[in-house]
Formats: sequence, structure tokens, C-alpha cells
Amino acid sequence: MPRKFVEKLDKLSSKSAVKYGVYLTAVVLFFALILVPPILGIVIKWETMQEIFGNSELLTRALNAVSNSFVVAVAVSALDVAAGIPMAWLIARSRSRWANVLDTLADVPFIVPTAVLGYSLLLFWYNPKTVSEIFWGSLVSPGIFLVALLHFTFSYPVVVRVIVGALLDYKIEYEQAARTLGAPPFTTARTVTLGIIKPSLIAAFILAFARSISETGATMMVAGAFENGPIFIQNTKDTYVGATVFVSLTLIVISCLIFAMVRVLGGRLKLPIKGAWPTIERKISYSKAVSARNSVTLFIFFVIVLVPSLFAALPAFEALFTDIFPKALSSAYPWDSYWQSLVLSYSLGATVTFLNILIGLPMAIIVARKRLGSLSPILNTLIDIPIIVPSVALGVSLRFFWKETVAFISEDWLLIFAHLAITYPYFVRSMAAAIERISLELEEASRTLGAKPLCVFRTIVFPLTKYSMFSGAIMVFTRSVSETGATLAVAQRKTAPVVLVEWVKGKVAVSPLEIGLGCGFLILISFIILLTLRLIVRGKGRY
Amino acid sequence: MPDVRLVNVTKRFGKIVAVDNVSLHIKDKEYFSILGPSGCGKTTLLRLIAGLIEPDEGEIYIGDRLVNDVPPEDRDIGFVFQTFALFPHMNAWENVTYGPRVKGFDVKKAERIGHEVLEMVRLHERLDAFPHELSGGMMQRIAVARALAAGAKLLLLDEPLGHLDAKVRNELRYEIRRMAKDLELTAIHVTHDQSEAMAISDRIAVMKKGKVLQVGTPQELYMNPKSIFVAHFIGGANFLEGFIADVTDKTATIELRGGLKIQAVNKGLNKGERVVLAVRPEVFTIKRGERRGTNSISGVVERIAFEGTNLRYEVRLENQDLIVVVTPSLSCEWFNMGEKITVSFQPENAHLFAYPEVGMREELAVE
Ligand SMILES: Nc1ncnc2c1ncn2[C@@H]1O[C@H](COP(=O)(O)OP(=O)(O)O)[C@@H](O)[C@H]1O
Ligand SMILES: [Mg+2]
Repeated sequence: MPRKFVEKLDKLSSKSAVKYGVYLTAVVLFFALILVPPILGIVIKWETMQEIFGNSELLTRALNAVSNSFVVAVAVSALDVAAGIPMAWLIARSRSRWANVLDTLADVPFIVPTAVLGYSLLLFWYNPKTVSEIFWGSLVSPGIFLVALLHFTFSYPVVVRVIVGALLDYKIEYEQAARTLGAPPFTTARTVTLGIIKPSLIAAFILAFARSISETGATMMVAGAFENGPIFIQNTKDTYVGATVFVSLTLIVISCLIFAMVRVLGGRLKLPIKGAWPTIERKISYSKAVSARNSVTLFIFFVIVLVPSLFAALPAFEALFTDIFPKALSSAYPWDSYWQSLVLSYSLGATVTFLNILIGLPMAIIVARKRLGSLSPILNTLIDIPIIVPSVALGVSLRFFWKETVAFISEDWLLIFAHLAITYPYFVRSMAAAIERISLELEEASRTLGAKPLCVFRTIVFPLTKYSMFSGAIMVFTRSVSETGATLAVAQRKTAPVVLVEWVKGKVAVSPLEIGLGCGFLILISFIILLTLRLIVRGKGRY
Repeated sequence: MPDVRLVNVTKRFGKIVAVDNVSLHIKDKEYFSILGPSGCGKTTLLRLIAGLIEPDEGEIYIGDRLVNDVPPEDRDIGFVFQTFALFPHMNAWENVTYGPRVKGFDVKKAERIGHEVLEMVRLHERLDAFPHELSGGMMQRIAVARALAAGAKLLLLDEPLGHLDAKVRNELRYEIRRMAKDLELTAIHVTHDQSEAMAISDRIAVMKKGKVLQVGTPQELYMNPKSIFVAHFIGGANFLEGFIADVTDKTATIELRGGLKIQAVNKGLNKGERVVLAVRPEVFTIKRGERRGTNSISGVVERIAFEGTNLRYEVRLENQDLIVVVTPSLSCEWFNMGEKITVSFQPENAHLFAYPEVGMREELAVE
């Protein structure tokens, strides 16, 4: 950019009208695009709910679906946190080189689009022709258990990431202090470390919970006859609008209640720091017990999380040596729609990422630096709401809202708005956290040396947060590419995961090898993204 | 009987040798300080004793027990961290009684100990306060109380006063020593502040770049520094460079730059050797006028600073060396800027060293 122009912008940014103009625009866009439409969408269809109360069979089915959703979500999130703690410990505390490898591997299921993950798990646990053969049949049939396994798997990396982050930020001296006071390692972890990182454990639980309530595409693949909230909405959205509205609303309300409860009770909840069982805890603190714990942790990671996640790569690999591969590349039916969906998915992801940076960054600054006074903490709470609204419900509601208000709105815009609303909190959260970590004094120092606000951002804040911004962007991008529930709800056009779900559900005649290859391409692209991220971020992220 | 013995202990971090072949014997019930500039390996040494890190070489004994493979929780120590490391999610009372609880004492006993130590640090009324609600001095006292409550006879303190204001620091240092003595503890106190170490220690080990240079009582270190660095770090000194012009039985005549001759007590150095003479600022006397008698050098006052108790003069000697002279401000005559004066000192008050092989700059460097 020409220097003159940049200088002009810098100057402009010190005018408070301009500064607040930018902030205000960000706030207005947040309300207009992200917060209000999903809520109003339900409200304007309020009347339709009568339909379900007259139909007791449908009502029972709806309530069953909702309760299934919550049972799975609570159980899976709790298990994820329980399994994530020892894994995070291993990654954050181990001094061996392998910890780094493990760290990268733990990200893999996160980067694999969830629809692919669903198919992978289906192959691994159920398909009689693969692993299950060794065990004389399927290990787990489609149904609630496979759904739970799936949700456990896709939330695992997120949970581990959050806890690793907390452990790395945490001052190791607390632990050392406890040790010098006579507490063996296990007691120390239980009474001191977990007590201090409790907020992160709660955050991890909430993330896993929200994902479990929302996920649709992959869940449909592995659910069989089992029905939870999102699947119910999917099944009824064209026939019973009232049932859809009812389930969406119930999911939103109960989710909000649970979050409020976790926030409030979680804060009060005292981990058992009072009691001490010196003899038992001593026994499970040292070498043998520790290696046993690590073995179990690694076993869970490799056998339940990692290998099943990547299992679709096997048929993909096999397909490379058949005539399916040239067929796929020549984009004959059904591959024409596959490639179209891929283009749609990735261009949608890129658009949404770009928009997020544009409208999310000012918001992150407002929240992290409390730029709008007493409004800032309120915004801080509000930006989390889209996380806790199940994404199918959000999609359904968005469609109602935009169809009613702007009848001619194109499907593309609906897709963008839906994905924007779903990914926005992730981006703003990670940016706000990164900005908060920079000492305010650095910014002040730069101001006293004569820098205008925009210049401060360009020269101080941006260089220090660009890696967080980059990883935030990647997170938004992958999340958008994986998103199925809301996508199905708002559009007829098919994104990549939607196409895969249809293939797996047998709506299009394709062979298993073809599905595998379809997954394979997605996995490949995801890995390229992950590796690029690692290469760019490696060793530079910390100051 | 917790005496502590280190035998040829070495600890490396990659290429850095943080603790370099250190041997020390800290006696039972002794108040022992480890003193040195920051980065010299004091904290590392203390952590080795606590078992928070393991030595690469050498043995560490607490009492008669070789503790190299003993985890920190079994070493029976109390450790006070530089940043206090009070558990932020527990209040003062829970922090203080943490040790007795995890050691499995019964509740009554744990509570009794808690009350006793809080009594000792006089913070009884703040039981319910969380660490972030306490002032620095209070946090420090809670940290000490917590370390004492675990019942250990060996107390390790890592710059326990480093984060406090000068005033609080001066009060608390005597309080810590008093408690250690009352409870008959062995205390190892790490600090970079020589006045703190001098004020409270039975003995001090001076460290530089991972090595222990000298161990002794504060008086020994002050009166008899074994190296230029120790003379510099403890008390401070002017360093006059020259060579030995003549040696008699006990006295060496040194020719300084510019041909000035002065005398000092010789400690086995030979005629012709290059030497450094360390003379502390406070051993000079200043007189008006031209030089007369032995060990007198004339000069000009270049700068004066009034420091309250003392006056500090910078004096340009006739051979162009610049020295610092400190005199008590109440009991001595005052001199003016630019005034011609004579400084003198007794030979037995100066310390003679061979010129360091590594050069003066490197000898005094801390990193
Ligand atoms: N955990 C560590 N990893 C790498 N280097 C370290 C570590 N701890 C200390 N050091 C290095 O060892 C040297 C001594 O450090 P330390 O014992 O903390 O010094 P002091 O407490 O005297 O200031 C320093 O050069 C420091 O950088
Ligand atoms: Mg230190």
C-alpha cells in the first residue's frame, strides 16, 4: 500500500468519530447478522408450534430426540474432559520429543471434516469388511453408542487443546510449592493444578457440549434409527414446521440453562481439595502407576480417537489403484456434483473467514480492551451465544428470519450468514484472548512514542497476535467446511459434507470405494492445511 | 539433624553450566546465605537441594541421607518461593494448613499447627483472605508460615524479600532470621543483596557463574576477601593497578601507574608481578593539602554526593586514576569540589591480589 495512504488512515484513526464509527459498525453488524436473526426467526414462527401439541406421537418423538441429545452431550463432554486431562498432561509436561509429535497428532481429528470423521468411524466400528472382521462382526452398530463415540472423537482434540493451553500458561511453581510441602504428584495435581485450571476445564466441557448438541452431518451417518435433536429437525423440517420450531426452541432453552448452571455451579464447585489420602495417593503417584496411566491414555488416543478418525483413508488408498480414480478425476457422475460441492465448500469457507476478520477483529478489540465502557462486558457474554445455540436450530431459525424479512434473498447469502453466525464466536474469542495477553503498557508505550491508534495496531498488536489470528482463521475455515446441520437447513445447494452424507446414506448410488476416495480428497486437503499451519506457526508463536 | 552437604554438584541446562562442581557443607541450625549476582545459579542450587531439579553430577545429602533420588515431597523441607507461589484458589488458612493435610496429619493436629504458625507471623486475623487480597508483605509472611507449617527442619528461601519494598524488606529480614533461630531450623537463604546477606547470615557462600568463590562469616568475607570479585561484590572497593617493585618479609612496595609507590601486606606474591590493590572507600582518610607520609596520594575532588549517613567523594588521583572515598557525614570534615586533597590508608586495610589472568573486566563481569 502506498505510504501516503497508510499515513492518512493512521491520522484518521486518531479522530474519535472514526474510531467509534468502526467499533459501532462492528457492534451493529454483530447484532444485525449474528445475534438477532436466529432468535427472531423462532419468534416469528411461534404460532406453528400449536401443531405439535395436538400430535402426541410427534411430541413424544420430539421430546425423546431432545433428551437423547442432552444425555449424549453431557456424558460425552464429561468423558472427554476426563480423558483429555491425562493426555494434555502428557503433551504439556513431557520433555521428550514425542510430546511434540503427539501434540500434532492430537489435532488431526479436529482438522478432518466431521462428515469424513463420521464415515471413518462407521467403517472402523461397523463395516463388517474391515477391522470388525477380525472380531467376528461389527464392534459397534449404528445407534446411540456409535453417536457417542463419534462425538467423543471430534471433541477430544478441542478439549485436549484447551487443557494443554491452560497447563502451559499455568505457573509451574504452584506445583513445586505443593511438592515441597509434602504432596506426592497425584495429590498435587488433584488439589492444586486442577483447582487452578478449573475455568479451562469448564470451558473445555462447554465447547464439547455445544459441539455435541449441534453436530448433524456425521451424526446422521452413524445414527441408524437413533434420533436426536438435530436429526429430528432434519427429518421433520419440510413436513412439520411446528415440530422443528419446538425442538429448536427446546434445544436452545435447555442449552442456555445448562450453560448458566455450569457457569454458576462450576464457579462454586470446590474440587475435593480438603481431604487427603496420603497412602493411596502415594501409591498411584509414582513410576508403575504413572506408566499404567500413560499407557491407558495413549491407548484411548490411538485406538479410539486417532486410528478410527483416519480409517477412511484406507478405502481411499485402495481406490487409487482401481478405475474409480480416473473416473473421479474426469468428473463423471456422481463426481461432478462432488467437485462442485468442494468448490462451494472451500469458497464459502474463505468468504466466511474473510468476513470474520473484517467484523470480528474490531469486536475482539472492544471486548479485550473494554473500548466501549460498560457495554463491553455485556458484549463479552453475548458473543458466546451462537456457540451454545445448536447449529441446526440456528440454521432453521435463520432461514425463517431471512425468508420472511427479505423474501428474495439468495441461498448463497443464507449460507454465508449461517456459517458466519456459527464461526464468529470462535474467531472473536481466540483473538480477544490473544489481545488480552499483550500488556496494555506496550500499546501505551507506542502511543507515547507518537503512534496513532491504527499505527499501534499495525506495528504492535498485529505482529504480536498474527499467529493467533492465523490459527483463529484456520479454525473458522475448517469449522465452516465441516458444517452440515445449518447448511442443510438453509440451502438446497450442496456443500462437500452434505454430498458425503447423501452418499453414505445411499441416496446416490456409489460404491464404498468411491465414498472412501471422496473422503480421501478431503482428508488430503485438510492435511495440507494443517501442515501449512504448522510450518508457518512453528517456533514463532511465542514472544 | 538436617545439615546439608553438596559434593561436586553440577547442573547444566544445554550449554549453560548453571551450577559448576559445587561442594558445600551447611551445618545444622545454621542460617546460611547464598549470595551472588542474578543469573549466577543460586536458584538452581536451591532447587537442587529441594529436589525440584536433579543434578547431572554429584551427591546431595540432607542429614545423613543421600537424597539424589528422593522426590521433593519426601525431603522434609520448607521452600519459600521468590514469587511466593501461594495457591490462588485457596485462602490463607487453606494455604497454611496444606502441608499438614497432605502429609496426612489428623485434623486437630493440622489445625493446631496452622494456628501456631499464623501466630508466629502475626497474621491471625487474615485467615479468610485470598492471596490476591493480601499485600506483598503479608503474602510473604503467609508463604513463610506455609513452609514452616509442614514441620520441616530445613527451610529454603529463594530471594524471599526480593519482591517487597525496601522498608518492609528491612523489617522482615530480621523477622525471618529470628523465627529460624527460635525454631532451631537450618535455613538456606538465596539473595543477590549483599547487605541483606551480611545482616542476617551466620555464613555466606559467594557465587559467580555457577561456582562458589568463597564461604565464610560476613566478617571474614569483608575482612579477608579471597578474590577481587568477592572484594568487589561484598562491600565494594577501589582497584589500583600496578606491579610489585620490592618485597620485604611481610610488606610489598607497589608501583602504581604514574610511578606512585605505596605499601601493602604481601601474601606470597613476587617482585615484578602485576598486581591489583583493593582499597575499600571507607578506609581512606582525607586531608587538605599536599601529600606527606607513606601511603598518601594527592588528588582533586571531582564530585560529591551527600547520601545521608555518608558523604561520597570521587577523587582524581595525581596519576589520573579515579577512586571513590566515603566518609561519615557527621564526624568528618567536608571538602569542596575542585579542592586539592590528600588521601591515605593503612597498609593492613588494603588487599593485594595478583592481576587476574582473564583481565579486570572479565573478573568483575557477572555474566
Ligand atoms: N529451566 C532452565 N532452563 C534453562 N536454563 C535455565 C533454567 N533455569 C536456569 N537457567 C539458567 O541457569 C543460569 C542460572 O539461573 P538461576 O539459578 O535462576 O540464577 P539466579 O537464581 O542466581 O539468578 C541462568 O543462566 C539461567 O538462564
Ligand atoms: Mg533466582
